Amino acid sequence: MINMDEKVRLKGTPIKRFDETITVERSSTAKYAWTAGQAISRFLVELKKGKLIGRRCNKCRRILIPPRMYCESCFRATDEWIYVEPIGTVNTAVVSYITTTREKLEKPLIIAVIEIEGTGGSGLFHYLEGVNPEDVINRKVFGMRVKAVWKPEAEREGSINDIKYFVPITGGEEK
Amino acid sequence: MKMNINLKNRVAIVGAGLTLFRRRLKETPKELAWAAAKMALESAGLELSDVDAVVIGTAPDAFDGIHMKGEYLADGSGGTGKPVMRVYVGGGTGVFTPIAGWWHVASGLFDVVLAVAEEKMSPAMPHPQSVFAHIWDPIIERPIGPNLIWIFALEMHRYMYKYNIKKEDIARVSVKNKRNALDHPAAQLGAKITVEDVLNSEMLVYPVQRLDISPVSDGAAAVVMVSEHIARRITDSPVWVEGVGWSLDTVHWTGRDLAYPKYVECAARMAYKMAGITNPAREIDVAEVYDPFDYKELHHMEGLMLARKGEAPILTREGITERDGDLPINPSGGLLGVGNPIAAAGMMKVTEIYWQLRGEAGKRQVKKPVYTGLAQAWGDLMQVGTVIVLRAG
Repeated sequence: MINMDEKVRLKGTPIKRFDETITVERSSTAKYAWTAGQAISRFLVELKKGKLIGRRCNKCRRILIPPRMYCESCFRATDEWIYVEPIGTVNTAVVSYITTTREKLEKPLIIAVIEIEGTGGSGLFHYLEGVNPEDVINRKVFGMRVKAVWKPEAEREGSINDIKYFVPITGGEEK
Repeated sequence: MKMNINLKNRVAIVGAGLTLFRRRLKETPKELAWAAAKMALESAGLELSDVDAVVIGTAPDAFDGIHMKGEYLADGSGGTGKPVMRVYVGGGTGVFTPIAGWWHVASGLFDVVLAVAEEKMSPAMPHPQSVFAHIWDPIIERPIGPNLIWIFALEMHRYMYKYNIKKEDIARVSVKNKRNALDHPAAQLGAKITVEDVLNSEMLVYPVQRLDISPVSDGAAAVVMVSEHIARRITDSPVWVEGVGWSLDTVHWTGRDLAYPKYVECAARMAYKMAGITNPAREIDVAEVYDPFDYKELHHMEGLMLARKGEAPILTREGITERDGDLPINPSGGLLGVGNPIAAAGMMKVTEIYWQLRGEAGKRQVKKPVYTGLAQAWGDLMQVGTVIVLRAG
């Protein structure tokens, strides 16, 4: 019988920095061109027009956003294109103090998952503006109704970033 | 009721090996694989000539910058001239590797399989975080500039919101696991810290702080899996693989219930059915649950049905998941304490349950007698669950 406790000496030579050992450095650049495909190409064209579009599956009645030409649950072709209001509710939100590559952000960024209204569960992940970090931390933003703010038409390029961010819908705007 | 499946062979784990887990190791991936594989074979009293086939698990090729990572690792893993298979399901790989080893033997195709998991994250410059940026959809998600921590913070916060969970109850997981890791021979981050230390650590993406997260690591792990007639011949204490399960959700994570990992439940149900387990909270004596973030241990305990939804933090607060508790969770120290070389970290969990069930965990041995244990891993775009149920012979 053995005792696999902290006294067992396992193999492996820890180093603090690469210059403590022979290290070979080489960078590789990889560049790709991704076709956006049947569903997402139309989605991007509509974003450029300031519209949010999904594909409806008439069997499970969900509207898929981002759109797919097939419904992965029913495993059948989706039936039709359908415009939806770029309005939703905040499912979850966080305050980021770091960038994509982990550098400190001067002004914290709020990111949220937004459930798009009337889709039956489709969500978009985007920036949230017009709320304070405190509203996220005390969870006041959860369930809040929000709407997309578009870039000016001339600046749109057929990208998810044609939506600048989502902002809360204030009382007077309620439809 | 056990699942009525017609298996050719019952499968046992009869040996286990590990390397140190550290931020940077001098050894190459092959050298690490070799060290873990050799230790596993020696502990089983077997030679490479006894091995019929090799299964290799390793996560994204981009960490090492070497494609065909399975083929690259094959010689260090004992695969030369043998049937070799590399499996990959992101962070779930470490438990999926012995699952693949299981079907190699259970099918009757092989009697002795060496399952090796290796990860070296340190080569990616300037930080492996830049490699994680490639997991998102290139057209819809990457333009937003996601950071890996964002999506976990989003999930964690939804979980906290839905069940009204306090951050300090989540921080207890990190405190427990880092303390447990002090007794683990491979551990990178064993430490005595307090809940206050976690709550005062650098805020990265609210609610995620630095001490909520497992480290970046290099390391390897291996197990030897054999058919029943070999197991009976070479050991008095085989550890039987009683159930395996795995399940994958879509990459469309923004449309998912972020407060509950349904795909982990699907994987667990498959494994429990095979093992004849109907009440996991009672029948599982000890579990190694995937904990790359502290909240994930809680999330996964619930997905594994070891705790009711929203109640894993209560079990943790009451000390039930400590080594001397009724349901010890991550007695190894987990990814938070031992380290997180992706595929090797999941396999480390399997080695811990193996040692626990044989009573060989030394100072880490849980207080209550243990017969049935579970190891689970999780990964990809928050979408995969891999589960293995082991039982002492």
